[in-house]
Amino acid sequence: MSTAASAKTEALRVADAQGNARKPRDDWAFRTLCLSAVLAMMATLIGLVGSLVSGGWLALSHFGLSFFTTSTWDPVADQYGAAAPIVGTLITSFLALLFALPVAIGVAVFLVEICPQAIARWLAIAVELLAGIPSIVYGMWGLFVLAPWFAQNVQLPLMTWVTPGSWLEAIVMGVPNGANIFTASLILAVMILPYIAAILRELLMSVPSHMREAAYGLGCTPREVIMRIMLPYVRRSAIGAVMLGLGRALGETMAVTFIIGNSHNFPHSLFDSGSTISSTIANEFTEATGDMHISALIALGTVLFMITFVTIAIARLLLGRGGPK
Amino acid sequence: MTEPANNGKSFDRFLHTRRRIYNGVFLVLTGIATAIALAALFLILETLVSKGLAGIDAHVFTMSQPAPDEQGGLLNAIVGSLVMCGFGMAVALFIGVLAGTWLAEYGDGTKLAAVVRFLNDILISAPSILIGLFVYQLLVRPFHGFSALAGGMALALLAMPVATRATEDIMRLQPNALREAGMALGANRGLVIRSIIWRASKSGLVTGALLSFARISGETAPLLFTSLGNPFLSFRLTQPVAALPTTIFQFAMSAYDDWQRLAWAGALLIAVAVLTTNILGRVLTRGSVQK
Amino acid sequence: MIPPPDGDRLIDVHNLDFFYGKSQALFGIDLPVARNKVTALIGPSGCGKSTLLRTLNRIYDLYPGQKASGEIMFDGENILDQAKNSEQLRARIGMVFQRPTPFPMSIYDNIAFGVRLHRNVGKAAMDEVVERSLTRAALWDEVKDKLNTSGLGLSGGQQQRLCVARGIAINPDVLLLDEPASALDPLSTAKLESTLMELKKSITIVIVTHNLQQAARISDYTGFMLLGKMIEFRPSSDAFVSPETTQMQDYITGRFG
Repeated sequence: MSTAASAKTEALRVADAQGNARKPRDDWAFRTLCLSAVLAMMATLIGLVGSLVSGGWLALSHFGLSFFTTSTWDPVADQYGAAAPIVGTLITSFLALLFALPVAIGVAVFLVEICPQAIARWLAIAVELLAGIPSIVYGMWGLFVLAPWFAQNVQLPLMTWVTPGSWLEAIVMGVPNGANIFTASLILAVMILPYIAAILRELLMSVPSHMREAAYGLGCTPREVIMRIMLPYVRRSAIGAVMLGLGRALGETMAVTFIIGNSHNFPHSLFDSGSTISSTIANEFTEATGDMHISALIALGTVLFMITFVTIAIARLLLGRGGPK
Repeated sequence: MTEPANNGKSFDRFLHTRRRIYNGVFLVLTGIATAIALAALFLILETLVSKGLAGIDAHVFTMSQPAPDEQGGLLNAIVGSLVMCGFGMAVALFIGVLAGTWLAEYGDGTKLAAVVRFLNDILISAPSILIGLFVYQLLVRPFHGFSALAGGMALALLAMPVATRATEDIMRLQPNALREAGMALGANRGLVIRSIIWRASKSGLVTGALLSFARISGETAPLLFTSLGNPFLSFRLTQPVAALPTTIFQFAMSAYDDWQRLAWAGALLIAVAVLTTNILGRVLTRGSVQK
Repeated sequence: MIPPPDGDRLIDVHNLDFFYGKSQALFGIDLPVARNKVTALIGPSGCGKSTLLRTLNRIYDLYPGQKASGEIMFDGENILDQAKNSEQLRARIGMVFQRPTPFPMSIYDNIAFGVRLHRNVGKAAMDEVVERSLTRAALWDEVKDKLNTSGLGLSGGQQQRLCVARGIAINPDVLLLDEPASALDPLSTAKLESTLMELKKSITIVIVTHNLQQAARISDYTGFMLLGKMIEFRPSSDAFVSPETTQMQDYITGRFG
């Protein structure tokens, strides 16, 4: 800096008592710290996948494809076939989605279009309360309330009512204790219902008001506005929301473990007990002794990871950044 | 001339009536759906509150896990949960806030940031039991023992993506002019972030912390194979420790009435904790948005 | 263009080009900034006046895709030289933005923040700096009893004057203002303008404004820009009375912009 200019600018400065100039501080330390945090997070994800694959390798390499196709699960003989839990996971999740989706759409639509907004705010909070209940509470409610009720009021009457040998009997056969894949699906449905409803509600509220008004202006009934205009407008994100709910159902452990009956056989009917991947792991892991047993359970976890990863990845791609935190 | 006109009119009326019927049915269905959802909420809460309150007495908070048919409480489980949640939150917030800061400030617009965001969003929804398996491989197996530390780390891994996302979201909301104003005075980026942007994001960061807490306080699955459980009150981080969710699991599945009563009491405690944090978080968000 | 006498130029812009990514926003700009005078930049929306202003303190460095080339001479050195530390630069060239941006801290800390960046100052000296800056910004009387309350609690006009106080507290040589009164009511605007007229005795001011009357009122030199080019640069007393180019003529008579 030229001395003439500095002299002039110096004169302008306030005469500070101890006005020492400071050296500029470099930013690289903080920046590196933040970047390290990001890398640490990515490392955990990679570590997660890596540990699942390496832990399950023993079982997967030993049984190969039969791991996925057989359903014999015998810790004593160290024979492991995971078809039953895998199928159980898929069935319960899809059934849950089947039950939950129409209700979720109905709730979202009701809260956005039909209910007066003053009440709707409170109802929306109530629905979100439902989403906030920890899964273990659902599990306990399922075990102590839903299961006995179901056994008493659905299974027993049905069992006495159906004609022996009919196709209907084949569907409703099962031990009348209420612990079966059907009730497990019901609980899962109640769990994912508020989740999907909340996202759908946000999506519907994001439809620009001029679109709604144009439709109403043409004389459309609320049903037509919703079904023909608003829902199609958010279709892509709505599918993402549904898949996010599916992902949640696939990975859910505690709500299901209490009420699914935990049998390693293929469920033979809707009211038969079964198992899911997460319930199997939850039930057996702490008591698993053999290396093969542990490896088989971890291999199950790997399968679950792959299924949920694909589901959630597709969901996020469709949904963008919307949705729950 | 009137005949065709009449024809036109009755056609219209038929169409209109049909549409109105469809609409009416539709409205009723949505009302039923909402009623179903509310009924489910009511049923669950009713059971939870009635059975939970029945199980709550002073002992629950002052005594540790009892042997079957003896008096006892949930003190060891409550303490264990608090310790592990606290540890988990500390780790998760430390890494999550820094990571979220990077995503919002330094890395914004880069390809790496897009990838990280995507993977982070997936981590948020990942099944928690798998995190438990991972931490088992990492911290339990090599050391041949379950521990509170492992449980806390599992909870930390669950809460981290939530904290990251919440931090990034709130920081992005801050106007660029605020950053420029700080830099225009000659501050470097890091100082602007720490002194100005973080301060401006305070309420959002607190909400993020509350959300993280709500996420992990009710989690059972990852604790099953990391902290395991302990019938006694323990503060040692390298030993197994009881937690509310795991203790509830054990008690609920048992055949003892006393244990089941305690399980319901514990369930009520967890539900209250989670719901309160959720409500607090909402109240805070509403406050900051109104600004 | 009628530039001010050479010796009096504090900042001299030569042949400045500016790019937002691939698209060019400034084309070969020449701009002399006279010491202790108010230089106004006017022109219709999108003409590049804010872009030009923002090159003078390199605030565009914040955004990776934005690039400048050419020469901006300040105190014998080219600001655009990447090796130069931009934080030191900004201690000497300050900026006030279009919307008031008080920091989420007390009024006192808002001012102290900038000072602490560049100097280690004791409490008594800092108190004096705070009072002096707020007085020069015509805000001291209104806030002297509430220095510890949040800056966000002030009215819009007060917040903007706080930003001015904050900017001058570090004793810059130049103060850049980007449409500082556009978010303010007429009374606050008048206060701000009289503040600037006082400040120019010791600080060089460059102001971007949409308000032609404002430019005519307070500036000594005016630069008229259009589509990224500097069309005219004259002493304000001449510029508004007898513009040289038809574009400027059209602009000040309200034909466009």
